Amino acid sequence: MSATGIGAAVRRKEDLRFITGKGQYTDDVSRPGQAHIYFVRSPHAHARIKRIDTKTAAGMPGVVGIVTGAEFAESKLGNLICGWTVLSKDGSPMKMAPHPALAVGKACHVGDPVAVVVADTLAQAKDAAEKINVDYEILPAVVDPTKAAGKGAPLIHDAAPNNTIYNWHIGDHDATAAAFRGAKHVTKLEFVNNRLVPNAMEPRAALAEYDAGTQHLTLWNATQNPHVARLVISAFVGIAPENKLRVIAPDVGGGFGSKIFIYPEEVVCLWAARQFNRPVKWTAERSESFISDAHGRDHVTTAELALDADHKITGLKVKTVANLGAYMSTFSSAVPTFLYATLLSGQYAIPHIYAEVDAVYTNTVPVDAYRGAGRPEATFVVERLVEAAARELDLDPADLRKKNFVKTFPYQTAVASLYDAGDYNASLQKALQIHDYKGFGKRKRESEKNGKIRGIGFATYIEACGVAPSSLVGQLGAGVGLWESAEVRVNPTGSVELLTGCHAHGQGHETTFAQLVAERLGIGIDQVNVVHGDTDKVQFGMGTYGSRSGAVGMSAIVKALDKVEAKAKKIAAHLLEAAEGDIVFKDGKFTVAGTDRSVAWGELALAAYVAHKFPTGEIEPGLKETAFYDPTNFTFPAGCHICEVEIDPETGVTSVVGWTAVDDFGTVINPMIVEGQVHGGVAQGVGQALLEHTVYNDSGQLVSGSYMDYAMPRADNLPSLKVDMTVTKCPSNPLGIKGCGEAGAIAAPAAVMNAITNALGTEKIDMPATPAAVWSTIQQLNKTRLAAE
Amino acid sequence: MAMTMSGEVQLNAPREEVYKKLNDPEVLKACIPGCEQLDKLSDTEFQATSTMKVGPVKARWKGKVTLSDLDPPNGYKISGEGEGGVAGFAKGGAAVALSEKDGGTLLSYNVEAQIGGKLAQLGQRLIAGAAKKMADDFFDKFAKSVNPAA
Repeated sequence: MSATGIGAAVRRKEDLRFITGKGQYTDDVSRPGQAHIYFVRSPHAHARIKRIDTKTAAGMPGVVGIVTGAEFAESKLGNLICGWTVLSKDGSPMKMAPHPALAVGKACHVGDPVAVVVADTLAQAKDAAEKINVDYEILPAVVDPTKAAGKGAPLIHDAAPNNTIYNWHIGDHDATAAAFRGAKHVTKLEFVNNRLVPNAMEPRAALAEYDAGTQHLTLWNATQNPHVARLVISAFVGIAPENKLRVIAPDVGGGFGSKIFIYPEEVVCLWAARQFNRPVKWTAERSESFISDAHGRDHVTTAELALDADHKITGLKVKTVANLGAYMSTFSSAVPTFLYATLLSGQYAIPHIYAEVDAVYTNTVPVDAYRGAGRPEATFVVERLVEAAARELDLDPADLRKKNFVKTFPYQTAVASLYDAGDYNASLQKALQIHDYKGFGKRKRESEKNGKIRGIGFATYIEACGVAPSSLVGQLGAGVGLWESAEVRVNPTGSVELLTGCHAHGQGHETTFAQLVAERLGIGIDQVNVVHGDTDKVQFGMGTYGSRSGAVGMSAIVKALDKVEAKAKKIAAHLLEAAEGDIVFKDGKFTVAGTDRSVAWGELALAAYVAHKFPTGEIEPGLKETAFYDPTNFTFPAGCHICEVEIDPETGVTSVVGWTAVDDFGTVINPMIVEGQVHGGVAQGVGQALLEHTVYNDSGQLVSGSYMDYAMPRADNLPSLKVDMTVTKCPSNPLGIKGCGEAGAIAAPAAVMNAITNALGTEKIDMPATPAAVWSTIQQLNKTRLAAE
Repeated sequence: MAMTMSGEVQLNAPREEVYKKLNDPEVLKACIPGCEQLDKLSDTEFQATSTMKVGPVKARWKGKVTLSDLDPPNGYKISGEGEGGVAGFAKGGAAVALSEKDGGTLLSYNVEAQIGGKLAQLGQRLIAGAAKKMADDFFDKFAKSVNPAA
């Protein structure tokens, strides 16, 4: 391993600009003559728009134009789409209702945009918006997913009777039912997987500019996948052909999934820029983000686990209602189905699994992928059940897990996933040892002496990353392939521009991707420039989400580097007057095997561009190669997280006092960055378990829509984390990478709630386990205990 | 999610007089907190403009004030609903009952209020306090208009 190559804990190259305030985010970009747009949003969860009076507003100072939903509809643009078709049990396609960029006729959630004001300044746009009079007829709203399909619930979209988008299922119903009939023990739990608001540090933003001379549009956009944004905006919304639309995703300050999707705001900005022939800028305010960024999770689940007399798991039954909100966001359909139920086998050999998922519309903000996307929900179901089963059977939860782990690979689960490699026992054992599991009893007694209740919980999670094999996702209904591209451009002096279709918004690609190229070519990482996030520069790519950039994006880079090396060897053979097969490339030098004749990388690069005396029939000048890599399987990172909590029964405050994470991410390029990803993920998972509470009242008002009421995790909510690894390489990609971006957020909620339920001695507490919830649970338990005595 | 509260106030005037004042637009205008304008549309309907601030959200509200369940001189219901533009909306009402007590009138009220949009998003925790203050202000001022000397 070199000092900067694969496996080296290199400091992030990009941090110089980020920590010195030199990052260039969408809002930092300004164009001459730029106007500002303000979105007028519905204050009602469900309301007919009877009339919008814009007359007074139109005459306000600085107003460039005002457009209502009905007027925008006259442009005949396409609706926003969900790009993944999920079929119901009966084979019928999901019931996707139209999602216009601006609401027409009725608003379906608080925050649904109904009109826009474009003005010279943002203040003028806001002042004019105050003068717009929208006459609403308030309709009854439904926010609870378990009531959405019920009798008497208001119908949100005509296209989806009973507000039901699909009734989907996976697995073998009859075989699973038989397994339950033969079970010695059944553990049954009900869960709410709480709705989360993503809260990326940089709010969403868009700046659109139209060049009337070339009829070309440019969009600066805080997006995780600029090419997909361009494709959808061109092909489905129909704003402009792809060749007349450039999408630039400059520095993006966090996404966590929420910036994958194509939203109304960027579409309207593009349209307005052309309509008014002015650059148009929008940056969300935080309170606007709360009601317009796609939320995450929001499942209500009943699940049962069957075990035999030998404590072997024999079956799993799951019934989930997934709330998709008022409209189907870009990938919303896939999250509670293919990204969720296919992981319900966890790390266990479960012969029979049957899962049903009903997706429903409600009068809430749309729900889509959020860090982990389906897999935290699956892990929560499986890991809470296994932990509860161990308690019911009076077994050590670690032992019950060990007994049921998948031990031979490849392993075909009962829910389609084919696990390729792993050693679940290794990560569990290592975690037990690092955590000092044996010492828990002593620590618990110590806590008791101090009037505190201590608990411990596990999450031995699995996830599917490396999204995704194109043909496989195609069979499952995806509208796109999920390969990745890379282009290695060698400059005449030997430095490299690496163009990738992945997009970094906190992952450190500028460092890790450079590490890979530098090691392979024998150059310094400062000689590698990573270029991403611009459809005019990078030919095409699928962006970054689902922990795919290492497993898929870097595999594409390897393929491109293979091609560069192959051509370079040809050139070296010509320069060294040797046979191509005799050339060896090592440590930045091309050598004729068995001789001391060599040419250094830099010299070779120069020769490639000077091209003097090249046999042009055989060797083209230049050194630049492109590759597309399509994975053959998902990757399956897995690991064991152990959480230890201490609860103050007087206040209900839960303190996370110990955390051990042992993850198997396959090959690790930069352990420091990987550790950072685990830290961030765990923090988000702890946030979900203890703090983050998205509360809609019955009339559909989001009453936890600011940081006064929505609690984000902070440093003092976390202990110092013990993070370690075990490694089994991923067999399906050249580097053996599995992916690490989501692991913490997947493992953490289950680990925390297993620890809390262990401490309290009841399974009946939902996330977020706020002090109020924990305190009430303790009071309830005390009352029940007293009544029994 | 409606928020409710109740209260009462003792007035030194007969019920008939109190009831009359409860129907007088000038009195109502003076008593509705932040009321800038109150135009009579009919005996029981008024168009109102008022400014209201809840926590960080301040807005000018336009809306209707309606009197219903008229039962002179025993009481009525006064309700209002308004759109505050980007700040959201508010609606609410008070059932007012008048009874004879200590030679005067005891006015008791039950208020119900509902808010939405930005006002709910940012101000939900503050709304109970704000609504109570508004109700208190209204009936304080009203008491003064009935008993100018008090």
